[in-house]
Amino acid sequence: MNVTAILVAALVVGGVGILIGFFLGISGEKFKVEVDERETAILGELPGNNCGGCGYAGCSGLAAAIVKGEAPVNQCPVGGAPVAAKIGEIMGVSAEEGARKVAFVKCAGTCEKANTDYEYTGNEDCGAMAFVPNGGPKSCNYGCLGYGSCVKACPFDAIHVVDGIAVVDKEACKACGKCIAACPKHLIEFVPYDAKHMVQCSSKDKGKDVMKACSVGCIGCHLCEKNCPKDAIHVIDNVAYIDQEKCVGCGICAQKCPKHIIL
Amino acid sequence: MKELLLIAIGSAIVNNVVLSQFLGICPFLGVSKKTETAAGMGGAVVFVITISSFVTALIYKFILANEFLMSKGINLTYLQTIVFILVIAALVQFVEMFLKKSMPALYQSLGVYLPLITTNCAVLGVALTNVTKEYGILESVVNGFATALGFMIAIVLMAGLREKIEYNDIPKPFQGTAIVLITAALMSIAFMGFSGMI
Repeated sequence: MNVTAILVAALVVGGVGILIGFFLGISGEKFKVEVDERETAILGELPGNNCGGCGYAGCSGLAAAIVKGEAPVNQCPVGGAPVAAKIGEIMGVSAEEGARKVAFVKCAGTCEKANTDYEYTGNEDCGAMAFVPNGGPKSCNYGCLGYGSCVKACPFDAIHVVDGIAVVDKEACKACGKCIAACPKHLIEFVPYDAKHMVQCSSKDKGKDVMKACSVGCIGCHLCEKNCPKDAIHVIDNVAYIDQEKCVGCGICAQKCPKHIIL
Repeated sequence: MKELLLIAIGSAIVNNVVLSQFLGICPFLGVSKKTETAAGMGGAVVFVITISSFVTALIYKFILANEFLMSKGINLTYLQTIVFILVIAALVQFVEMFLKKSMPALYQSLGVYLPLITTNCAVLGVALTNVTKEYGILESVVNGFATALGFMIAIVLMAGLREKIEYNDIPKPFQGTAIVLITAALMSIAFMGFSGMI
């Protein structure tokens, strides 16, 4: 038995281990990144489900941005006012209450109101509609497909497919924006929680085509635009948009709309 | 130069690390759900394997296959596995620390994948292949880079396929990992077509 060989082997492995240990220890000190105490505290207050609704990569991203002053303390849409107040305490600023927002599906074409071109039986997924003729069985190319990709995306069980279209449960919605990202038709947008009037259509087709496809589609007749006293509603690309900041909730547009698609 | 090119093509495509040598299957199956993350993982692997093949080649040449010890009749090359594991784990740690401090942007994009690479057997596989094939330091680095590139090709292809598979109507028993393994097997068969090229 060669004792020297064993000793040398042990020495080499041990030596390499010790060297690496020292090297890592020293570089650990040298490359230390200072983490602000407040960042850890804020991270503790945030909901921690990393939904990305704030626009940052997870809760830790938002915590870092708040400490740097790049994001307001009430940036987290999920935690809302209570979390904003706690974070405000940590940061030493008072959190003014931000307006609560909820998601809203801009389509009212339920099974009996929207026409279909053909019957579809297959994989129930909105994304799959990109591969079937005419982008789905519905005659309208802009409307809700009703296969519930948004339902699967919602972490708060706040959106459901009712009668062929997605409907948001206003109370449960935390405005994380997951459904907005999931919808291949880009039908969902944020509206203020207390918004009184919304246009329930997204069809950019001309009036005649809309009439053929759906009985509750915006035909771009401009009646709402002409009658709005606050200049808050406009027809852009054949579909009406309401500027929620200007809207005072008088309801004239809803009365004037011949298709009754303004809530 | 011609030899280096042959090594590169050989290890990137012909002997693809995942599809022909069956190394690094864990991240190949685990992080291939989205093309974006797959490309991130691939990038991190290229980064780490290139550096680690350089460092392990140095260690092999100057410590384990040291001429002085060899002349005394002590051959330490059998220690390669344990020493390489040690070095690779430490290297990944160091790279992570270094990136966090000096290149925060790169750390943001690769950071999540770096700790996962410690358990990627392709890294150790490359280091050991370099030794068995008796590559020099430059050849080792080229081989490491090309192998990692092969890994990236495989994982990005796989992610692209999996994104398409999402929308398919798969029979229940084949859903999830089962169809992914079948896909991997078919890809492997396809890559076998390259064998004999070099």
